[in-house]
Amino acid sequence: MRTVRTSVITENVKEMCIEANHFLSEDMKECLFSAADEEKAPLGKQILGQLKENLQIAGEDMIPICQDTGMAVIFMEIGQDVHFEGDILEDAVNEGVRRGYTEGYLRKSVVKDPLIRENTKDNTPAVIHYEIVPGDQVRITIAPKGFGSENMSRIFMLKPADGMEGVKDAVLTAVRDAGPNACPPMVVGVGIGGTFEKCALMAKKALTRPANEYSSIPYIKEMEEELLKRINETGIGPGGLGGSTTAFAVNINTYPTHIAGLPVAVNICCHVNRHVVRVI
Amino acid sequence: MDKYIKTPISGEDARRLRAGDYVYLTGTIYTARDAAHKRMYEAMKAGGILPLDLAGNIIYYMGPSPAREGRAIGSAGPTTSSRMDKYTPDFLDSGLRGMIGKGKRSEEVKTAIVRNGAVYFAAVGGAGALLSRSIKSSKVIAYEDLGTEAIRELEVEKFPVIVVIDSEGNNLYETVVGQYGR
Repeated sequence: MRTVRTSVITENVKEMCIEANHFLSEDMKECLFSAADEEKAPLGKQILGQLKENLQIAGEDMIPICQDTGMAVIFMEIGQDVHFEGDILEDAVNEGVRRGYTEGYLRKSVVKDPLIRENTKDNTPAVIHYEIVPGDQVRITIAPKGFGSENMSRIFMLKPADGMEGVKDAVLTAVRDAGPNACPPMVVGVGIGGTFEKCALMAKKALTRPANEYSSIPYIKEMEEELLKRINETGIGPGGLGGSTTAFAVNINTYPTHIAGLPVAVNICCHVNRHVVRVI
Repeated sequence: MDKYIKTPISGEDARRLRAGDYVYLTGTIYTARDAAHKRMYEAMKAGGILPLDLAGNIIYYMGPSPAREGRAIGSAGPTTSSRMDKYTPDFLDSGLRGMIGKGKRSEEVKTAIVRNGAVYFAAVGGAGALLSRSIKSSKVIAYEDLGTEAIRELEVEKFPVIVVIDSEGNNLYETVVGQYGR
């Protein structure tokens, strides 16, 4: 058994919120830089050049990459041999979000009630997903999620008879409908299988997978490659203003499902696909 | 084609713009997004006075991140325009001449743009740090309680936007899919 002080969690969450909103991971930067070189559409190429410049300004001047600094989505993978000491874990995580968004000059975009809509003024609460894993470490992933792209995400409860083609059509439909609203070039997270909520969570988690990594399942890897190619043939392009860079990656996660179902979730993220990971 | 336009924008300038034009705006523009639109719309329907004279003005759908000390504004890119579609035709009919945002608009908005000789611009989504450099000053003029959603008066200099829907109803988002799609 290993004891972890929850104050350590708070401090790390705070730093990670600030880091995620000012610096993109290397894989996302590589995607952007190579697309800016390869895009043929003049306006599309110009937009990608501006996104590169934007990223540089964000890091140098400490201005968030995007003004929508998101709702903080946090994955907590907790080793089963960890013992927490201090505040209630959930409070400690939210305190980290509160300090990160306040001290880091990040936008407060969370309303307390979905219908009354009063801003909580500190961007809490976060959406926290807990997972118990082997070991005595805590792996925290912070993925602030903007809602331009979140609003364009979809769940399709397909029939088993819809099969592989049905899944591909669902993903392409979601991407076409999203178009310029989702701030392309996008990253497309897909969950296939499980239940209604399981496939949505898989799609969300798929967005945190490095953009240059494919599924370990050969036929799913093929589907990821085919869908990326077809999405980039839609013509939507950077900012929806035309070109061949509509998505940087399609990441698919799968899970066993019921004999009667084929759930498919498509969680779309904009080009500011933020995620920071720390292991404590 | 690159164009340089002064804001508030004249009716003549607005009508002359074409979908696909790259435009640099200089002058005064106003921010308003979801909550401010709802409040202004309700005030308008109740016959009240709006905190902002819409005539000839441009509304930027934007809620900034907080400014650090010594800076005019924080990150300041566009939000998705379609959430404002419900309110936009009435605003256009009351004199609003342009909107800056990102993403698709409804048929009703497009018709109202044509009817009023207005224009819909896109700014690059997710480029809020870069766009903040073209904003020279920012002042909250109404609905301060809405925080980031308050109405702000911005002075902009060569603020880069692209014409998506022009006064003839041409829509760049639709034409590029035909042009670049396979």
